[in-house]
Amino acid sequence: MLRSKFKTAAIALTAAAGLVAGSSASAKGTVEVLHWWTSGGEAKAVSQLKKMLEEKGYHWKDFAVAGGGGESAMTALKSRVISGNPPGAAQIKGPAIQQWGDTGMLANLDPVANKQHWDKLLPPVVSKVMKYDGHYVAVPVNVHRVNWMWANPEVFKKAGAEIPTTWDEFVKAAKKIQDAGMIPVAHGGQAWQDATTFESVVLEVGGADLFRKAFVDLDPKALGGDQMVEAFRRLKVIKGFTDKDAPGRDWNLATAMVIKGKAGMQFMGDWAKGEFSNADMKPGKDYICKPFPGTAKDFTFNIDSFVMFKQSGANQDAQRAMAETIMEKKFQILFNKLKGSIPVRPDIDMSQFDTCAQESMDDFQAARENNTLVPSMAHGMATFPAMQGAIYDTVTNFYNSDQSPEQAAKELAKSVSQAEPSGI
Amino acid sequence: MSDASPKTRSALQPPLLDRLGAQLPKLVLAPTFAVSLFFVYGFIGWTAWLSLSKSRLLPNYDWAGLSQYVRLFENHRWWVAAENLFIFGGLFIAFAMVIGLILAIFLDQRIRVEGAIRTIYLYPMALSLIVTGVVWQWMLNPDLGLTSVMHSLGFSGFQFDWIIDRNMAIYAIVIAAVWQASGFVMALFLAGLRGVDDAVFKAAQVDGASLPRIYWRIVIPSLRPVFFSALIILAHIAIKSFDLIKAMTNGGPGYSTDVPATFMYTFAYTRGQLGMGAAAAMMMLMAVLALIIPYLYSELRGGRNG
Repeated sequence: MLRSKFKTAAIALTAAAGLVAGSSASAKGTVEVLHWWTSGGEAKAVSQLKKMLEEKGYHWKDFAVAGGGGESAMTALKSRVISGNPPGAAQIKGPAIQQWGDTGMLANLDPVANKQHWDKLLPPVVSKVMKYDGHYVAVPVNVHRVNWMWANPEVFKKAGAEIPTTWDEFVKAAKKIQDAGMIPVAHGGQAWQDATTFESVVLEVGGADLFRKAFVDLDPKALGGDQMVEAFRRLKVIKGFTDKDAPGRDWNLATAMVIKGKAGMQFMGDWAKGEFSNADMKPGKDYICKPFPGTAKDFTFNIDSFVMFKQSGANQDAQRAMAETIMEKKFQILFNKLKGSIPVRPDIDMSQFDTCAQESMDDFQAARENNTLVPSMAHGMATFPAMQGAIYDTVTNFYNSDQSPEQAAKELAKSVSQAEPSGI
Repeated sequence: MSDASPKTRSALQPPLLDRLGAQLPKLVLAPTFAVSLFFVYGFIGWTAWLSLSKSRLLPNYDWAGLSQYVRLFENHRWWVAAENLFIFGGLFIAFAMVIGLILAIFLDQRIRVEGAIRTIYLYPMALSLIVTGVVWQWMLNPDLGLTSVMHSLGFSGFQFDWIIDRNMAIYAIVIAAVWQASGFVMALFLAGLRGVDDAVFKAAQVDGASLPRIYWRIVIPSLRPVFFSALIILAHIAIKSFDLIKAMTNGGPGYSTDVPATFMYTFAYTRGQLGMGAAAAMMMLMAVLALIIPYLYSELRGGRNG
């Protein structure tokens, strides 16, 4: 009796399991998405994508691996790829897409791209990143600007300083803030933050030209040249305007110093905006967003993207639907308002975005026209991780030691050439 | 006939059982042996192979000779990491041993509530290194730790900022590691001290030796095997140290507190330089072998003599 009951239960369970499996198979396919957007606004932003995809009838399988820079996510991805079972989509950006393309496992997104005319929507410098061997393999989600300065107008007023727009104005303003007993620049002493400030300084010293020669073409003459020496010198000037407790500080704690009025300004990408909004501050009134002094015409971009791995049947449809959804106007608006970035398409009504995002969009389009749109080195958009790492090491070692700017520039050229270009 | 079958069975059984009995330990050990052969030595071999290949983002078996090692040795950061291992390992082992030994000798004086005190000293070992790292990072952080407490108590001249000073940060890590491990070393030494016969003390006291002299000349030399065990355990903790550094400084300021383990992780996993990371891992293996082989040699030779 008992046994037969057990048997029926087992059969019922199996049937139920079959039903569940059947129902998910009868849906229009599944896309498994590897990403590391797990904190606050980011998580909210990515859940929009999930919602929109599910509305279209596709199944979203979340494969979130926490860890800000995505290091753990990449390790997880590698093990999945080596075991021959890659997820449908993974958050990979910059030249690393080319390295993954070499594995021959990426899906061709050209059908979607042709349908939505991505070639017309995206600036060539961006579409080049998304293509492998002439075919789209990745879809861009958003555009972050890295060369921003976030300022607290209260602090500037108290010190009697003006919001700087050039290097000389910056030095003057910073001195005034320092004399008034406040910290001019809030900085977090971590390698990526040192590099983020440094790349803006390079942009200020030598413009988009030097930036491209140094960080994209990795030209030893540019990396070890006089302008680079000057950039290193100015980086130390900025260090002189930071507090001594900066080493190891997280970027959002540095932003908090600006919010609380302890520090005057911070050099950070536009993800810092989320911290200000969370503190109920209004752009233009409670805080000021301006390009890094002397780089108003230039735009350092950091673009998040999803790379698609080859799938078949219904899952391929789901994958393509995801790519299509990402480029839709509706998603671009929803997502980027939550993430603090701007849409990748130029044809979006920006009136519902805040003033910082509007300025960012204007500058993005202007930079596209003027050819001053450059990929961020500090955020992995300009070079392979190996060379980026070599630049990080040199910059952070210089920042934290008594090395002379001349030595640092020489070391930069040397270490980048040693890092050798990466294939697979 | 009825009793014939048990006879034949009993005649057959003992050899079979005996044979089984003789093979049983080997049979039982075989799976673990196979697993460790594969997962430990197999993977050491794989890492060695990768270190001689052109592997970057993913494993790739194009022969690269020793070029990954050449690149490793040309890298300034690697030498900082190696030097840090030397400083960290040396100071960590020395301080943990000395403090552990002193604590053990004090505890051995038949004091009251010894059990409670022993537990208190041993507890840090129960924490994972990541917890130790985070807690010490908070305590040493000049913004919110010890320094700010002293300032709020009115000692405004107090300054302890090793953790943000690139020349001193590695010593701050030594402090945390010693705090974590010296209780454990104390337990090792205490066990050794308890093994020393009371008669030795009495005989020495009859001969007029003072207590410090007894310890210095008789007891401590007799603890030689304990010293060896402690050295091996601490040395491998030092060489493997990864979590403590990740939690306390994450290699910073700059890369001044990088150690070979964090270096290896950074290059192999975050920078897509698997081959160079594997070369760094092989260098760490060499460091371990340099310690273990003399130890094994002396142990095995000792066994033969004994």
